[in-house]
Amino acid sequence: MVPISAYLILAAVLFGIGTIGVLITRNVIVIFMSIELMLNAANLALIAFSRGMNVLDGHVFVFLVLTVAAAEAAVGLAMIVLIFRNRETINIDRFSIMKW
Amino acid sequence: MDLQLPELNLLKMLPEIFLFLWALAIITFDLGTRRKTGATVGYLSLLGLLITGLILVFTGYGRGFGNMFYNDPLALFFKMIFLGASFMAIGSSFGLTNQKIVNHRGEYFALILFSTVGMMFLSSSNELLSLYIGLELTTIPLFVLAAFFKDNKLSVEAGIKYLVVGAFSSALLLYGLSFLYGMTGTTDILLMKVNLAVTQLKFEGNIGLVLIITIILLLAGIGFKLSLPPFHQWAPDVYEGSPTPIAAFLSVGSKAAGLVAFAKIMVNGLYAFYDPVMRPNDWGVLVGVLAAAAMILGNVVAIRQNNIKRMLAYSSIAQVGYIMIGMVSFNELGLASVAFYIFAYMFANMGAFAVVAFFEDKTGSCQIESYTGLAKSSPVLSIAMTVFLLSLAGIPPLAGFLAKFYVFAAAIKMAQAEGSYNWLYWLVGIGLLTSVFALYYYANVIKTMFFSDADSPYKLSFTLPVFTVIMIGLVGVFLFGLYPEPIMKFASEIPTSLGFIVD
Repeated sequence: MVPISAYLILAAVLFGIGTIGVLITRNVIVIFMSIELMLNAANLALIAFSRGMNVLDGHVFVFLVLTVAAAEAAVGLAMIVLIFRNRETINIDRFSIMKW
Repeated sequence: MDLQLPELNLLKMLPEIFLFLWALAIITFDLGTRRKTGATVGYLSLLGLLITGLILVFTGYGRGFGNMFYNDPLALFFKMIFLGASFMAIGSSFGLTNQKIVNHRGEYFALILFSTVGMMFLSSSNELLSLYIGLELTTIPLFVLAAFFKDNKLSVEAGIKYLVVGAFSSALLLYGLSFLYGMTGTTDILLMKVNLAVTQLKFEGNIGLVLIITIILLLAGIGFKLSLPPFHQWAPDVYEGSPTPIAAFLSVGSKAAGLVAFAKIMVNGLYAFYDPVMRPNDWGVLVGVLAAAAMILGNVVAIRQNNIKRMLAYSSIAQVGYIMIGMVSFNELGLASVAFYIFAYMFANMGAFAVVAFFEDKTGSCQIESYTGLAKSSPVLSIAMTVFLLSLAGIPPLAGFLAKFYVFAAAIKMAQAEGSYNWLYWLVGIGLLTSVFALYYYANVIKTMFFSDADSPYKLSFTLPVFTVIMIGLVGVFLFGLYPEPIMKFASEIPTSLGFIVD
């Protein structure tokens, strides 16, 4: 049987990849994918904890997080379409009309 | 099998349910009348908020859904603030819906109401799961609202920035919550507190490392919502780009929601509030440093802004710094002063933003120099703006002064009571010093309006909703500055309320 710590390490690695992805990529869609990765890492950690403790709260939590992530993705993709129509680019460095 | 269902008590959630249905009805109404409703839909939303307030008063205290949903003084106080902020935001957006948002009035008002429902749900939730759902229901409508001018480059840019930052911060928060769940084995905040205290978690060894990571993740997640430095960069851009009433709503409603989440997770969950022996960890200094950074950075950078919305954004970053002083002085007065501060801040800030929104509707400008000589052509508006700015700066007869006074008093009381908290003196010192900077840039706007030889080209006459909002703001600022006792009495019930005591 795989120990819980293995799942937690996997979750931490996924979360790290997601965080780095958000911080260094310039493409908004890739940033969005990275955020989804971070959410799924948190989901994996929740499932692992909940399985390890033999309680169900974590499972329920994951279902609701999935729903929230779907809502966020819906709004996010709509916004990306909007900004592409507006600027014809999705490079986040170019969204800098406002600074300081 | 013996399955015991928790007591449901659905009626305790009646205000949220009502407001949610009302928002759906508003969209339907706007569609049903083929989007030719004019201002009616706005007045309907205001009516909905008033009815929700009435229901809220009659619902009273109690709990529902087992231990998930608490109506305690904390929830009731902050729900009042959310409803008030939402009321004033909707009241100041009538000019906008007359001119710019002609085809989407229903969605605009309904999204504000949905966000308000999320905030109200959040302030009642006493458990990580519903807290997370409430926080997301608060922010997702605000993403859309920030980008509401679809063809305006600034607005769309504000929307995408807010979206990326908001989604990122909620992912950080969620990962932190998953660790909290893993360490304590429960999602109930009260149980979590007990479990943390029983296991006597310290910053030592492996579990200590996990605890530190958890606290940093939670602080980052909530810090983004509160725009605490170093998580503040989105705030000025989003405030500048989004529609002005939405910026106002963000700066009061969304910030108050972040404060509730902070109070619930950090102050209540991670910090045994009553028994000093049970305090397993000390993250107060870290938050104190962030608060000091907020006060310094917000007040100093605000000085060199030309755009009044950006100036108010930096000022709101600074105000969060003052609020966090109250939050990290862990005594009874601390949480009460936080609640009073955000209450006073709501009137002053929503009022100031209402004036800015009104001015922008009439003139299309947000630059501070456009306010030149406004006192001669529209004296009432200028005087109202002056009062709001002076309250934000903390000048004596106004509510903002008492708010700052209570926050500083709470910090000093705590520093005197316990020797290990003497860093709070430094925080108070920085707060007093930076208040002077704050006075400088607020006074700059007042000087531009009053003491200028040039005449303003604009002559503004009030419309009813804006006049109402400004009057509510003025009355609030003066009344609670001179007579704070009832609100303070209510606020001081918060730390002794249901959600904070294990029964």
